[in-house]
Amino acid sequence: MGRYWRTLRRFWGTALATQLEYQANALIELLAVALSLGGSLLLLSLFFGPGRELGGWSWNQALMVQGFYTVFDGMSSAWLRPNLGSIVTHVREGTLDFVLLKPIDSQFWVSLRTFAPAGLSEVVLGLGLAGWGAHQSGVVFTPAVLVTVLVMLVVGGVILYSLWFLIAATSIWFVKTWNATEVLRALLASGRYPIEAYPAPLRLLFTLVLPVAFLTTVPAEVLLGRASLPLLALGIILAAGFFTAARGFWMFALRHYTSASS
Amino acid sequence: MRIFGLNWRIIRALLSSQYAHMLEYRAEIALWALSGVLPFIMLSLWSGSAARAELGLDGVALDRYFLSAFLVRQFSVVWVVYAFEEDALLGRLSPYLLQPLHPLWRYVAAHLGEQLTRLPFAALIAALFFLIQPQAFWVPSLGGLLLAWMATWMAFAIAFLLQSLIASLCFWSEKATALERLLFLPFLFFSGLLAPLTAFPPAVRAWVQWTPFPYLIDFPARVLSGDPVNLAGGFAAQLGWVLLLLPLVLLLWRAGVRRYSAMGA
Repeated sequence: MGRYWRTLRRFWGTALATQLEYQANALIELLAVALSLGGSLLLLSLFFGPGRELGGWSWNQALMVQGFYTVFDGMSSAWLRPNLGSIVTHVREGTLDFVLLKPIDSQFWVSLRTFAPAGLSEVVLGLGLAGWGAHQSGVVFTPAVLVTVLVMLVVGGVILYSLWFLIAATSIWFVKTWNATEVLRALLASGRYPIEAYPAPLRLLFTLVLPVAFLTTVPAEVLLGRASLPLLALGIILAAGFFTAARGFWMFALRHYTSASS
Repeated sequence: MRIFGLNWRIIRALLSSQYAHMLEYRAEIALWALSGVLPFIMLSLWSGSAARAELGLDGVALDRYFLSAFLVRQFSVVWVVYAFEEDALLGRLSPYLLQPLHPLWRYVAAHLGEQLTRLPFAALIAALFFLIQPQAFWVPSLGGLLLAWMATWMAFAIAFLLQSLIASLCFWSEKATALERLLFLPFLFFSGLLAPLTAFPPAVRAWVQWTPFPYLIDFPARVLSGDPVNLAGGFAAQLGWVLLLLPLVLLLWRAGVRRYSAMGA
């Protein structure tokens, strides 16, 4: 365990050092994050007006959902996209061989090898937005609520990682479908808005099949004190299930890995 | 005779080779088509929301608008900056520059080949949409279809020129794709892909109509879905943007090529 911890620190330390070489890029990234958040808020405001709600959520409550979406979007650009996006390159160029030969768990290596600090700004902004929305909605931050939100955010993170990893791992067979994660990303955008704003069939889809609801709506409901215990339990079960599936699938995929021929 | 360096033989050769090339990548292109589902997600939000009344798109008009927005987007997706950056970095650009044909034509042909490969997948998604929403089904008139086709191609031309402008910056800097990201954001929010332009407050709309973005999705989508729309004004604006961007791209390209000193060893 200690070995993994030390390795992770090395991985991310070098990633940070590399990024510091490209400071202009970081500025552009920050500008893009600000523009993207501004645009999302403008778009969200179009649904609201005097006395108007979106799926029973007020503007301030919807801000919390938007905030949590921003957190997960930041997590994707800081962690998931740079790492899981390069699995296909390893498969195509045969460098996955080197990863498999290393005396460390291969899923750990491909999942945590690098890190893009620019995405962290989005995480911070998202947390700030969610906090602001909660404050405006009159949420009282008790330790119990904060701990539950934290647990649900971890649950959301595990679900997102597992889904992304499951799709990225299929590139062991289908190198040509490397952009399948783009489809996932497009569908995840539905998490910008409270799940209640969607028609019933989509609500079911976004809760059970592609559990976007647990990423953004459920943490916001926890803050509002509206989340029911069975729903939280379902989230935890789904997260555990998806993670086990991702792990099992990686082990299964590796058995079919035949390396790239040169 | 060659116009802009092109004659029929060259056009045929470029298009057929690029189409064959793109067919090889049909699985990827099918996934790209599928990743354009955002307008449908937005449609499901808008149609259930209280704000819908202010869009000026009643009944099936909203369904048709977003389906049209999806289709227009499918046939005006541009990725020239990524292709160009890769070619420049790998040194493939050098032989292209030696040929007696502007290299941008090659990218135009690649995009057209990709659109043709995309066509069956986009049609399949549209058919699926009509299966779920049969009441929204409509067949545009032949004239309307031709106009929509033209508007979509003009939208493609504007998007292509805008991105080529950024791609030309590759000659000077390695941050062209990062700049593309900055251009994509206003496109995403102000093109009409996520919300019809009528949803925006009048002040925003008045300002946005002086940018190229509404003519990339909102205008062609309205032509395709048969909404009442100012045809002359829309086409004039599209033509204006093409005429403004084309010389800029050519100038910047020429200046860039003069500076170009090939990558690699």
